[in-house]
Amino acid sequence: MNTQISRSRFSKDPVQIRLSGAGGQGLITAGVILAEAAVVDGKNVVQTQSYGPEARLGASKSEVIISTKKIAYPQVTKPDILLCLSQDAFEKYFPQTNSDTLLILDSGQIEPQASDGRLIYALPITETAAATGSKVVANVVALGVMNALAGLVMPSSLREAVAKRVPERFRALNEHALEAGEKLAEPLKNRKETVA
Amino acid sequence: MPERKAKAKKPRLIQGNEACTYGALYAGCSFYAGYPITPSSEIMELMSRELPKTEGVFIQMEDEIASISAVIGAAWAGKKAMTATSGPGFSLMQEGIGYAAITETPCVIVNSQRWGPSTGQPTKTAQGDVMQAIWGTHGDHPVIVLTASHVRDVFEMTVTAFNFSEQYRVPVILLLDEVLSHMRENVCLPEPGERNLIERQRPARADGFKPFKDLTFLPFGAGARFNVTGMAHDEDGFPAQAAEADRQLRRIMNKIHQNVEKVALYEELHLDDARVLIVTYGITSRAAENAVEELRAEGVPVGLVNLKTLWPFPDFLFERLGQNVSHLLVPELNLGQLVREVKRAVQGRWLTVEHLGRVDGSLITPQQIVEAIHQLTGTKIPKEGVQQC
Repeated sequence: MNTQISRSRFSKDPVQIRLSGAGGQGLITAGVILAEAAVVDGKNVVQTQSYGPEARLGASKSEVIISTKKIAYPQVTKPDILLCLSQDAFEKYFPQTNSDTLLILDSGQIEPQASDGRLIYALPITETAAATGSKVVANVVALGVMNALAGLVMPSSLREAVAKRVPERFRALNEHALEAGEKLAEPLKNRKETVA
Repeated sequence: MPERKAKAKKPRLIQGNEACTYGALYAGCSFYAGYPITPSSEIMELMSRELPKTEGVFIQMEDEIASISAVIGAAWAGKKAMTATSGPGFSLMQEGIGYAAITETPCVIVNSQRWGPSTGQPTKTAQGDVMQAIWGTHGDHPVIVLTASHVRDVFEMTVTAFNFSEQYRVPVILLLDEVLSHMRENVCLPEPGERNLIERQRPARADGFKPFKDLTFLPFGAGARFNVTGMAHDEDGFPAQAAEADRQLRRIMNKIHQNVEKVALYEELHLDDARVLIVTYGITSRAAENAVEELRAEGVPVGLVNLKTLWPFPDFLFERLGQNVSHLLVPELNLGQLVREVKRAVQGRWLTVEHLGRVDGSLITPQQIVEAIHQLTGTKIPKEGVQQC
């Protein structure tokens, strides 16, 4: 079962996660939430980010490393998981993955050109966010998808982290987004699906 | 056994810049003046929220010249005072740093380094301000320059910066960098009382106090009248020349250089049997740490020195190196700065010193260090490179 495979794959320690897209899509916040959840789980975690001088658009990336051991080098050298929410980010970071990398893409934003027949999870992340209430929660939908597929942190820890790192007035919206993401991934947990 | 178990501290996810602010507050900082600049701004933001809660003073100044000047003034009012900035602002502060040095004003200046001269790249990292931190203001002058490698370390080194500045009456510069400033890690911060805090020494009595004789300090309004000037001055603070200027300059320099073994902090790994030694500091030390692990697994006898104090430079550390060490590698995010001090410290001895520089705004990777050491020792052909952004 694919669920089994993905679970065992991400019992990997340390696990290196790269969240990428355009500035303004909330990827740094998503990285912070994931890191916060790992802290709730009692893990060691480092979250870093890279972005250009502009507040919106431009390439943006957030990286999270989770481990039970000490983490020395703080950035991702080989992503175990790559999330892409924009075409530019996909084109930039896809070549740095290998066949072991779990790829999660926003199917509404990205047309994956390069494909070597590997497993890619292409899901309507932004569309799901819009249906939940707002496109701005695409980052949290993506977190729900990622965690459902990879089991990086305890679902309850992720919920706690969302509540902690999101302003009070947007809490309900983000909680719904997280659930929507988990639901979106649910049918895929037991199914191999190759896209493109 | 006591019934009550020690309360297990819960780790928190904290950003490097937040750790700097918490460290300053822990050390007793009660005055912050600054001007926001990437990648240091979060230090200022958090100060603006936290200082008013402790009856501290926070001021956003019109620029960095005003910021360092306000900090110096606050220090003479008896406060522990700090400012934080990045390259362009640090350049503007140089005049004030010189004034703090000659007037022996305890204060802390945090510089989160970003790429390049001038505006450069605000969101890209570098270790390019090392020489500026040491020699940025004109004339021989005493400063202490510290750095940090991880978020918890930022907290500790900020506390240390305040301690050294109080103890030696000098400006202390803490060099961070964009990655460390913005990075978040799980950290348990120490409770009040767990760290030793140093306060500036008060003279036994205000009457007859000589403000520029030794390490004792009396703030304005504490019973003594005296002159504070950036001009060369005597023990009373009045202008002096010739032999007295010479004596005073040597005295303020010696505060630092005669205490180098107390001030020069560092960490070491495998120094006893290392043939190759990585001399590293700040964020780059973390790549070095992984590289040491990988190289040791291959059987390469490599060691590491992580300098926490960059100035005064720990010459003594290099003088003590045994004959087992043949090569030194100095990786830094610049085109060759601290490596010059390393070369000077080992001059005329058997050691070969190599530099590994990276200036594209990204971190040196463990793999780059591993490859540099393979080349240095001729031990192995580089392994298949790990792809890196």
